[in-house]
Amino acid sequence: MIGKETAGGRAVRFTFLGVWLLFTVFPLYWITVTSLKAPGDIFRFPIAYWPEHFSLENYSGLFGTADFGTYLTNSLVVAVVAGAAATAISMLSAYVLARFEFRTKSALLMAALVTQMIPSFIALGPLYLLMTDLKLVDNRLGLILVYIAVCIPFCTVMLRGFFENIPDALEEAAMIDGLSRFGALFRVLLPVMRPGIVAAFIFNFVNCWNELFLSVTLMNSDSNKTVPTALNGFISSFNIDWGSMSAAAVLTILPTMVLFAVASRHIVQGLTSGAVKG
Amino acid sequence: MSVASTPTKAATPGTGSASRRGGAPRGRGRRREFTSRRGLQIAAYMAPAAVFVAVFTYYPMLAGGHMAFRNWKLTDLTDTSWVGLKNFRDVFADPAWGTVLGNTAVWVIGSIVPQLVIGFALALWLRRRFRFRGLYQALIFFPWAISGFLIGILFRWLFNSEFGVVNDLLQKAGLIDEPIAWLADPDTAMAAVLIANVWYGVTFFAIMILAALQSIPDELYEAAALDGAGKVRTLFRITVPYIRTTLALTVLLRVIWIFNFPDLIFGMTAGGPNNETHIVTTWMIKITQQGDYGRASALGLLVMAALLVFAVFFLLATGEKKREKKGARP
Repeated sequence: MIGKETAGGRAVRFTFLGVWLLFTVFPLYWITVTSLKAPGDIFRFPIAYWPEHFSLENYSGLFGTADFGTYLTNSLVVAVVAGAAATAISMLSAYVLARFEFRTKSALLMAALVTQMIPSFIALGPLYLLMTDLKLVDNRLGLILVYIAVCIPFCTVMLRGFFENIPDALEEAAMIDGLSRFGALFRVLLPVMRPGIVAAFIFNFVNCWNELFLSVTLMNSDSNKTVPTALNGFISSFNIDWGSMSAAAVLTILPTMVLFAVASRHIVQGLTSGAVKG
Repeated sequence: MSVASTPTKAATPGTGSASRRGGAPRGRGRRREFTSRRGLQIAAYMAPAAVFVAVFTYYPMLAGGHMAFRNWKLTDLTDTSWVGLKNFRDVFADPAWGTVLGNTAVWVIGSIVPQLVIGFALALWLRRRFRFRGLYQALIFFPWAISGFLIGILFRWLFNSEFGVVNDLLQKAGLIDEPIAWLADPDTAMAAVLIANVWYGVTFFAIMILAALQSIPDELYEAAALDGAGKVRTLFRITVPYIRTTLALTVLLRVIWIFNFPDLIFGMTAGGPNNETHIVTTWMIKITQQGDYGRASALGLLVMAALLVFAVFFLLATGEKKREKKGARP
């Protein structure tokens, strides 16, 4: 389709692709190897590219001296609940934005875009005061509510792209058969949309799982910290303990990498469908 | 990109958009009869999203904008009086402001250019099918699953002056004799931070551009080959013009996003050494941490204004070119 490829061109292509793959994977390899060395071996010359002795000491330390299990649980609860709620809410708004024409539509889309331009720090002070008034500071529910709001704009735009790929004859047929619009959305569109919904949820989950600044602001007590907040605590101390840090980093990255691996095709589609058409 | 996994789309390739266009007026006419009911329905579907975003995003943002014109310091909350533009003057009067602005320009341009160039090359080279292409794409997509803050930490460890693997590799390759204190040296800190951001951001460009490339009809290339156009000529006369809109939109989104992306620097250098890696948004973090919410908000408003102006100019400029292009085509 793009003409014949010469042997030389092929060599150049695969060399480039190989180098980039190495460059991409190496930092991830390195943090994993570091986390599996015995704590003393991390700071020993010559630097070992493969651990001489494998050790899980860095990991056990995280759950012994630091309360990493609690942080993981907090992050998991917050990211699952907020991610799912934001996906459900965005389904409704995305559906309307994909299927109806109305006067305020472009203003609403613009309002969604503007949220992406806001430096989050401008809102932190007032948000903290608001949450104090609502008695939701240092409270997982409070963080969940804020995260839902953070996820909605992008999630709506993403899901709208998926809705627009489905011909509306589908739900019109269902409505002629006597289903309500909501019923048609639920019973007919939902199953067809499943890959898009899964991708949107994973995207939301990963964003919430990774979020740092809001969590640092709103969660003060140790038992309510999420993983990124805990990591921030690790580097705030004067000397970084790279043994525990690398283990914590691996535990933080692993779940999101698995999810991305499962759904990368659909996430890619969700990211590209809007822009490529536009 | 087609929804390959959805049976309806697969069953009606190509006809989907046509039937939608044909069906729309009929549907709209029927809906117009129930205007008030339709309005209520739209409002009901939009309401949850609107309420959440209004309460937890727009309200704090507007209140934050308000703070920019007040004396609003966490150290003394008894006096939150109106001070006009004093906070803005304080931002500009800071002796480090020039450095911060310069760093921001280096950060944005130094990130976006390599990301675009390498991303474009990756997309071109990924366009042709090969075994394990899907796996390859999934692997290079991984940086996207990691937070900017954690990427900062990863590269902070890689660039560690004593036990860092970057120094070790460079020494083994004979490129340097002595370890470099990458993140402590003002001359190298920004370069290290940029390398980390390029590592992170290339994939997004590659994915967007690859999707756009796959939308170019083969006939265009066949015609170009018949005309005897070379590779370079084909690239700049066919490929680039065809995907111009995607390129422009992607660059626009990324500039906004990179500008607003303090996370990586925050995790890697926290703005140091000696402010040499502070950009506007990490500077804002620093001022917030000092408790001067008024001045931080003033800075935030400046960022938003700059980004809005940039977005408008960028869209006008790229839109103009596109129209010329269309007009030029027979």
